[in-house]
Amino acid sequence: MADKAALHGDLRLEKVTKSYGDFTAVNDLSLTIPEGSFFALLGPSGCGKTTTLRMVAGLEEPTQGKIFLGQNDITYTKPYQRPINTVFQNYALFPHLTIFENIAFGLRRRGIKDVKEPVEKALDLVELSHLAARKPTQLSGGQQQRIALARAIVNRPALLLLDEPLGALDLKLRRQMQIELKWIQKEVGITFVHVTHDQEEAMTMADTIAVMNEGEIEQLGSPADLYDNPKTAFVANFLGQSNLIKGTISGNDGDNHIVDLFGQKISLAKNRSHAVDNSIYAGIRPEKFRISRVATATSGNILSGGKIEDVSYIGVSTQYQVLMPWGQELMVFEQNDDGVAPFSVGEDVNISWEAGFTFGLRGDEDAEAGTEVNPEEIIEDDE
Amino acid sequence: MRTISRWFQRNLLRIYALIAFTYLLIPVIYTIAFSFNNGGRSNLVWKSFTFDNWLNPCGAPQVCEALGNSIKIGFLATLFSTILGTMIAFAIGRHKFKGRSTTNLMIFLPMATPEIVLGASLLSLFLTLKVNPGFWPTVVAHVVFCISFVVVTVKARIASLDPRLEQAAMDLYANEFQTFRRVTLPLVAPGIAAAALLAFSLSFDDFIITNFNSGTMTTFPKFVYVSAARGIPPQANVIGSAMFIIALSIVILGQIVGRKRAVK
Repeated sequence: MADKAALHGDLRLEKVTKSYGDFTAVNDLSLTIPEGSFFALLGPSGCGKTTTLRMVAGLEEPTQGKIFLGQNDITYTKPYQRPINTVFQNYALFPHLTIFENIAFGLRRRGIKDVKEPVEKALDLVELSHLAARKPTQLSGGQQQRIALARAIVNRPALLLLDEPLGALDLKLRRQMQIELKWIQKEVGITFVHVTHDQEEAMTMADTIAVMNEGEIEQLGSPADLYDNPKTAFVANFLGQSNLIKGTISGNDGDNHIVDLFGQKISLAKNRSHAVDNSIYAGIRPEKFRISRVATATSGNILSGGKIEDVSYIGVSTQYQVLMPWGQELMVFEQNDDGVAPFSVGEDVNISWEAGFTFGLRGDEDAEAGTEVNPEEIIEDDE
Repeated sequence: MRTISRWFQRNLLRIYALIAFTYLLIPVIYTIAFSFNNGGRSNLVWKSFTFDNWLNPCGAPQVCEALGNSIKIGFLATLFSTILGTMIAFAIGRHKFKGRSTTNLMIFLPMATPEIVLGASLLSLFLTLKVNPGFWPTVVAHVVFCISFVVVTVKARIASLDPRLEQAAMDLYANEFQTFRRVTLPLVAPGIAAAALLAFSLSFDDFIITNFNSGTMTTFPKFVYVSAARGIPPQANVIGSAMFIIALSIVILGQIVGRKRAVK
């Protein structure tokens, strides 16, 4: 048991594969999670993120590959031999034990006699000291969630795994817990690995996000990196929304490509392009667009010939659907801050944006990847 | 008229419940009432009220010896069938192995087989093995049919157990044994207790299979059956009533404890 405390350091997954029969849940995944970071595995359900988490926890064995914690190979060690604790999706609090005993469970199993002080500290941390004598079923969902967190944190693990920890909470509570979890992570300094399908949750909390799809990591980076410069159509669509316009690289201008989008030329920084040949998708986030009346002068990249198809006023911003001459509808979010009267349906407009905001994706990608909403997740959110 | 029909509408369920309970309880009330009958050896017609039977429950010949046998057999059959049945239930409910579905089916067989067939074939089995009918063959026979009920009851409880609780225990440094001891067993315990009670009452109650395999030994049901020919002594009513009252008290006590816990 003593050497367990010495087990710490970065978590490394090396070429980890997990198959169930013909189905590959996780495919040749390599990943390093630095000690002390708040790391999110983000992806739709069935993308392999929970399987990855379970392999790290020791609840599943990889079919191939190795998992290291610091210098130690933990691929095949038992869950109870790892200094890793998990906050389970539905909390998995022991219904026959009081809250106090739930939190003390891990300490007692490690042979620690004096559990009172650490348990009370953990209860303090989640601000539920007054519930120590209750049973889990007498607590609300949000309270159970915090107890599950306290039960894991009290052990001071090298790594804390969170499996969709906020999935069962309502929206308001979820927002509050996001902030609280981030604060607690800073407070205790433990590496948090957070699995979620909620992109907003991942972006709010994590330092680093790995976007997973079909058992593989699509892209890894800080929330801002992923959002500003997505590498694939899946990331562009799964993290926020994107307008992807098909085009060809027709020339170069210094550090920029000149991209031909249905006969209109725009510029795109070479280092923001992930295209492999001349075929490319130019990507622009909807809030980066500016709409202007045809007569007005604008700078940056310009696409002309648009026509307002739909206007939705949603308070902080107005969302427009703009039909372009080549038949594509572009999404534009305009902040309601400049006093310009909103455009109305049927108006002819130009669309412009700062050239630096454009990102380029491979032209052979599926522009719709990552946009479809999983019906399972709709049901979950309704709960 | 309208008020009467309205009264009926409102109290229909109560009236129905009253009739149903009366129907169910009349035999029990009859048994209790006749335990106070000063009826002599054949307790068939009401003669006069007396406490004598209750003060002297072993008064009739062999009645307490029969009762003792039934309790002993019931206890042993419960013990063995609960232990074996719980282990089988865990094997079927928690592990995948070759022959699992066959085992599952076989477990149902003693429940589906008519008791008279089971009793007769067990007897012929014992005789083939040159084992004389008596106390231990009866225990073995009771374990055979009690096991099925234990397996079914415990399996249902295991099936309702969230496997994530055990995973959480393992995640919190409990090894396999500690997980079983600290999480699985306490959570399945109510199912095991229910199974044990069921096994005991089945064993205590059994006449047909016992009659085949007990030889000259008498159990309580056997005693009642045999004495029915010449009139059941009131002591049998006393014991029957006492069993009913004890069982009822256990249920009521369980309810009170359960309610207190829920309030806490």
